[in-house]
Amino acid sequence: MTRSAGTGDERDLAARVVELVRRAAGPGAEAEVLVTRADLALTRFANSFIHQNVAETGTTVQLRLHVDGRTAAGVGSRVDAEGLAALVERTRAAARLVPPDPAWPGLTAPTPVPSGPAVDEATAFASPDERASRVRAFVDAVEGLAAAGYCRTSYRSGAFANSAGHSAVGRAAEAAMDGIARTGGADGVARHCADRLGDLDGAALGARAAAKARAAADPVELPPGRYEVVLEPAAVADLLQNLAWYGFNGKRYAERQSFAEPGAAQFDPTVTLVDDPLHASALPFDLEGTVRRALPLVRAGTTGAVAHDRRSGAEVGSGSTGHGMPGGSTFGPIPRNVRLLPAGPTGVAPSGATGAGVTGAVGDPDTGALVAGVRRGLLVSDFWYTRVLDPKQLVVTGLTRNGVWLVEDGVPTRAVRDFRFTESYPRALGPGRVLDLGRRPVRQPDRVDGSWWEAPAVRLSSWNFTGGASG
Amino acid sequence: MGFDAASAAVQAALDAGARYADARVMHRRYESMSARNGDVEELTQHESIGLGVRALVGSGWGFHAVPELSDAAARDAGRRAAAVAAASARVPGPPIDLVPVDAAVASWASDCAVDPLGVPLSDKGDLLVGATATMREHGADLAEGLYQIWDTTKWFVSSEGHRIDQHIRECGGGISATSIGDGETQRRSYPSYRGQYGTTGWELVTSLDLAAHAARVAEESRELLTAPECPAGETDLILGGEQLALQIHESVGHAIELDRILGWEAAFAGTSWLDLSRLGSLRYGSELMNVTIDPTIPGALGSFGFDDEGSPAVARDAVREGRWVGVLAGRDSAAVAGLAHGGSVRADGWARLPMVRMTNVGLEPGPHTLDEIVAATDEGVLMDINRSWSIDDKRLNFQFGCEVGWEVRNGRRGRMLRNPTYTGIGPVFWRSMDMLSGETVAWGTPNCGKGQPGQIGHTGHPAAPARFRGVRVGVRA
Repeated sequence: MTRSAGTGDERDLAARVVELVRRAAGPGAEAEVLVTRADLALTRFANSFIHQNVAETGTTVQLRLHVDGRTAAGVGSRVDAEGLAALVERTRAAARLVPPDPAWPGLTAPTPVPSGPAVDEATAFASPDERASRVRAFVDAVEGLAAAGYCRTSYRSGAFANSAGHSAVGRAAEAAMDGIARTGGADGVARHCADRLGDLDGAALGARAAAKARAAADPVELPPGRYEVVLEPAAVADLLQNLAWYGFNGKRYAERQSFAEPGAAQFDPTVTLVDDPLHASALPFDLEGTVRRALPLVRAGTTGAVAHDRRSGAEVGSGSTGHGMPGGSTFGPIPRNVRLLPAGPTGVAPSGATGAGVTGAVGDPDTGALVAGVRRGLLVSDFWYTRVLDPKQLVVTGLTRNGVWLVEDGVPTRAVRDFRFTESYPRALGPGRVLDLGRRPVRQPDRVDGSWWEAPAVRLSSWNFTGGASG
Repeated sequence: MGFDAASAAVQAALDAGARYADARVMHRRYESMSARNGDVEELTQHESIGLGVRALVGSGWGFHAVPELSDAAARDAGRRAAAVAAASARVPGPPIDLVPVDAAVASWASDCAVDPLGVPLSDKGDLLVGATATMREHGADLAEGLYQIWDTTKWFVSSEGHRIDQHIRECGGGISATSIGDGETQRRSYPSYRGQYGTTGWELVTSLDLAAHAARVAEESRELLTAPECPAGETDLILGGEQLALQIHESVGHAIELDRILGWEAAFAGTSWLDLSRLGSLRYGSELMNVTIDPTIPGALGSFGFDDEGSPAVARDAVREGRWVGVLAGRDSAAVAGLAHGGSVRADGWARLPMVRMTNVGLEPGPHTLDEIVAATDEGVLMDINRSWSIDDKRLNFQFGCEVGWEVRNGRRGRMLRNPTYTGIGPVFWRSMDMLSGETVAWGTPNCGKGQPGQIGHTGHPAAPARFRGVRVGVRA
């Protein structure tokens, strides 16, 4: 099998499906097609050895069809003539049987689609050895501790076409590494997501994880209650993800299940959130062919917008913001590339810099500057298993993970056992609640490539810890 | 075609240096429909076919998957899997063995009276549209209905001589009503949020009779908006069967996964509080607690004929009279742990590596009924239908929220309570179980996430209402 770095095959496939629909359903049928070729690979390690090592290649054809006032969608992995014809036929058959769709928003009109950011070919087609070498560096850097995590590379090339004459192509590559070091029941974490595998420094990440694990040993139990906190970027990523899924989701907003009130000062003035897919390597269009661009969600504390696909945008009269996605009709259009802008105009910390200034609990000077301002509070590395108790107020419960420390007079003095918390995320970031922001955002990988969360460390006046993890 | 491609992939992996290889060809058709407020919201139909091959070179595993079944593509996938496995040697681990299993040559199919993909879309749409319209008429601000269908055929071949094909049909569905107040939302679902599922035909959905429950769940969701808050404190807790099924899933099922116990999931899903040295002696719960791992239960969502590395479905004990006695394992993890059998390895489609997953992990029936449990309770809270779930990475500290609670006083069910939550530590909680009903239902969970890349597992959990003493309830922000 040969590896194609281009998008020609996908473009041809998309055009063929549109033509098949025209022949089968006539010129009145509206069709939109996204063909995506993916090369995904992930090298996973635990107990300091590679125990799972996988790669896959595949093409997905997604078709949405609106004919005679009815809409249906189909997805297939077969790209031979028979497979494409079968996809068109079963989607067409489904469209005949479903009820009318009076809210059909129509197709994206022909629109120029700018090229996305450049793709790093070395990342797109990285070998298993290249991923394994970064794992080797991580494992060596933890110097005898147990190491676990993954190194991942992904490449996607996509082509969109619809029966209104709109088309677009694009490519994207991403690399991510996420690992922990473990000692005596204490874990330390380091993770980073980048456009280039070459920007992932396994040794620096391993050193950081190991330093934090050693600093997390022999934790004490503190009573639950409200504490001032410094949240490291991995923990802040959880806030961004939940705000995106439940708050800045246009469908939930339309259903009155979101806290978001555009125009209202719902956040601290230091908070500016932008969904910014093209800040990284990404396909420059969404499932519906709409151009993806930066969407300001919060400007200086004031809620600005929520994400829409064509359907939810039509319902509120605002149009799509480029957030059409598989499952969007059910789950809603969700921002998946949210940045919490840092306090100053500085760039993203490369992975090497995440290891700079390693001193144990405080993994970098940026976090150290925030910790220095805390008279008594907690430094939290990461959150885990967060679930929403009340979507309207976005009350979330979850646990701390991978290191918590008591901070006294600006210095981490003791490792602390994990806590359970129950907290309203928008309220925790509300006016007057954000005491400081870091200046060095770190891009955190999501569980799925193409989705990421970028933030610096943040210092909050209060976080509601409702129990110790041990009881 | 499936056996030919899988055999070619296995042979190519062996030719490239693998000492063991297996391959799965899977063809899956998926259909789902959702309705909202009396209209069909989304109809989705997926079809996917491909091959995944796993190779063991030295002590390193490699896996490669492709969506093609030609001889050339299959052989290329086998060679690539071996190359990936060879790269694993850059960071090698201890030697890997596989516990022995007979090289089965077999076919298996799940029971299915009514082919769910054969039911006309219009009938299925009418069911959801009608139920959601009824919920709207009875006060729901947001009325949702959903069904899902998976029809999977797979062909498994191993270098040890396995040659197994299976046809598994799964489906299910449910309805939910949400009422929106000034500062909060309240939801009621039937039979659970996003539905009940099984390895069965459309007869399961028919038996649920969604339409008959639509008005009630809508009215209860509105009633919850003005119901008193669940009180905070320590009290006796009665859980309905659906919530107990998720409690089993999270605090027993995941905890007894051997890959977690061995640390293989440490960085993501987490580890387990269980220590293998105490297998056979650790007290997990009260003597009423008998948990089985049983993929042979007809119709339950975690049932199969063979797992995805060719081990036959066999029922085993996980907890017997409160004592921990068994784990969920694969052939390699069982060998590492010195255990005799795997049998719980599954892959979410052809593009995913088979890994340790739950099958049907559930409680054997107890001697009581829910009515008897309520009658025997002086003061407590009855909670049912999961709304939120969270548990730590060792599967010890949990907090669950339910859709609805009821006050229980002097042996009677009283007022409805909103925002019921409870929290605890797994073994302490299970040791406090003093009454268990025999009204068992094999609840299906079709959304169990695990692994990197992510995999979605389908698991079953036989469960019935039970009582737990002295549980902390009413945790809130």
